[in-house]
Amino acid sequence: MSDASQSRPALRYRTAELVMAGFFIVLGLIVIYDSLRLGATWGDDGPRPGYFPFYLGVLICLSSGITFVRGLLMRSEKNGTFVEVGQLKLVLAVLVPTIVYVVLVGWLGIYVASALYVALFMRWLGKYPWWMVALVSIGNSVAFYLIFEVWFLVPLPKGPLESLLGLA
Amino acid sequence: MIDDLQSLMHGFVVVLTLKNLGLMMVGVILGVIIGVLPGLGGANGVAILLPLTFSMAQTPGGQTSAIILLSCIYWGALFGGAITSILFNIPGEPWSVATTFDGYPLAQKGRAGAALTASFTSSFFGALIAVLVISFLAPVVANFALEFGPPEFFAVYLLTFCAFVGMSKESPFKTVTAMMVGFALASVGTDPVTGTLRLTFGTTVLLTGFDFLVAVIGLFGLGEILLTLEEGLAFKGASAKINLKVVVETWKELPRYWLTSLRSAGVGCFMGIVPGGATPASFMSYGVARRFSKNGDKFGTGVVEGVVAPETAAHAAGTSALLPMITLGVPGSPTAAVLLGGLLIWGLQPGPLLFVEQKDFVWGLIASMYLGNIAGLIVVLTCVPLFAAILRIPFSVIAPIIIVVCAIGAYTVDNTTFDVYMMVVFGVAGYMLKKLSYPLAPLVLAIVLGHNAEASFRQAMLVSQGDLTVFFANKLVGTLTGLALFLLFWPLVSWLIRRLR
Repeated sequence: MSDASQSRPALRYRTAELVMAGFFIVLGLIVIYDSLRLGATWGDDGPRPGYFPFYLGVLICLSSGITFVRGLLMRSEKNGTFVEVGQLKLVLAVLVPTIVYVVLVGWLGIYVASALYVALFMRWLGKYPWWMVALVSIGNSVAFYLIFEVWFLVPLPKGPLESLLGLA
Repeated sequence: MIDDLQSLMHGFVVVLTLKNLGLMMVGVILGVIIGVLPGLGGANGVAILLPLTFSMAQTPGGQTSAIILLSCIYWGALFGGAITSILFNIPGEPWSVATTFDGYPLAQKGRAGAALTASFTSSFFGALIAVLVISFLAPVVANFALEFGPPEFFAVYLLTFCAFVGMSKESPFKTVTAMMVGFALASVGTDPVTGTLRLTFGTTVLLTGFDFLVAVIGLFGLGEILLTLEEGLAFKGASAKINLKVVVETWKELPRYWLTSLRSAGVGCFMGIVPGGATPASFMSYGVARRFSKNGDKFGTGVVEGVVAPETAAHAAGTSALLPMITLGVPGSPTAAVLLGGLLIWGLQPGPLLFVEQKDFVWGLIASMYLGNIAGLIVVLTCVPLFAAILRIPFSVIAPIIIVVCAIGAYTVDNTTFDVYMMVVFGVAGYMLKKLSYPLAPLVLAIVLGHNAEASFRQAMLVSQGDLTVFFANKLVGTLTGLALFLLFWPLVSWLIRRLR
């Protein structure tokens, strides 16, 4: 793991630009497709439901099409690094646990999932001693429980642990 | 005029209760914390805390208390952004980027206290000018807008969105894409006019459409954290010390820059009302100040004037963005859009009628802008070291907690876990879009205003039987539409002019 390998580009601008514009073109086409299904014309009683979205779709496709072409024509000296390997690793190190976390929220409830999530970060990225990890992660969830459920009376998703404790 | 002053005085009476003053302080302190933390800013901070006000707004006078709390969070966030810019060279908010140019060099020279004092004081000055503008201009605009019909309202929406195309520094095509994607997201769900389901593709989770609060929390929250991560995990910063001597000395120096301040406040108010937003306003006024200042060549090396200009403008723009929000129902910035969403949820219809039917609310809000900014100035001047200490909490602790807060915020919008998943999707999208310099503000505003814009367009079309000339039918709507089209094609015009030179 040398510095050079970390600052190597993982993705260049042109690729990122083209992928994003392409994604928007597909999105625009989906909007157009559904608008046509609903009727994008002028009905007996005024514009039909697809009238407005149809033009949205057309505009998305047109403007993204231009961005796409401009991306293709991008000069190579402007085609710099979009994201370096090292940066991408850091971003993924946060993003992947976050995805796992939100999936767990639906399953374990937000308090348990949050405690696990904070604990993972502190132990893995922060290398904290276990007692501190436990203190902060559990304390954090307890604090949020008190603020939301007790103080503001806003119910948050709960899971098996809360029903075991008789809180749900 | 006298009537307005009377209403304003009445507003102060509404605000000056123990409960409302308490909420004001809570709001400002929360706001500064939100402004200091990476990934939490005015827009998503207010979005996350909005659900907490739902029950508050049910009580009599509660809507006013709720708007005071939320708008004070906004003022606090505007102040807080400067702290990180000056001490850590990390702009806490996009509009504080221009503050780093001279603020951080000043801090490195050991004049952090002076830079902070100058920035807070000019923020306050900018906000004060903007609130004065709101106090006297808003009733006039609202009165004028009482006669608006659907074509006029659509023309105002058109003007708002065309202004983004004309004024943003990003590629106009990307601005159009971002905006149209926002409108498309807004049209998902039930068609407001006929009740037909659109773009749901048979799924039940999409029946209610995308909530813009979830989009705001994802785009500005998670997206921002992912961006911050690229810079590494540690913050290194100058130490913050403000004592009375530094404050007084800086205050003695500030009157010298009165012209810069006034000019920046003007730029800010203009950019806030026409939805350019605080961020371009701060850059623009920094540029203008550098060009006109006697020691313009010293800008960037750490001069106080270089902090005064962007901060005054950013705060003036951020504040005046509320003017079109309360008078026309068209927010001038993403945070104003979130506040507008709050009004709708509390059962208030933003727009000219607010000044007739909800006097307490409107004038309470305006009065709270005066007091909230005074409270903000006092809080930040006295508590800077405390707020700076927040940034010394290691990233591996604070980042997951912020993301947990975002997840809770997304969930409480509608009490569904689906929104939490969407928050992550919007977060990744925000990271990509920001890096590819797609502007996010028009996207968010389009999601918020999509329904109203479409409804006013279709009503106008119904009245005119599909004749587009209804948007030029009289002087008022014609001027609005003409101005909108001019702004829309401005990038093309300026490109042609540059070509011809």
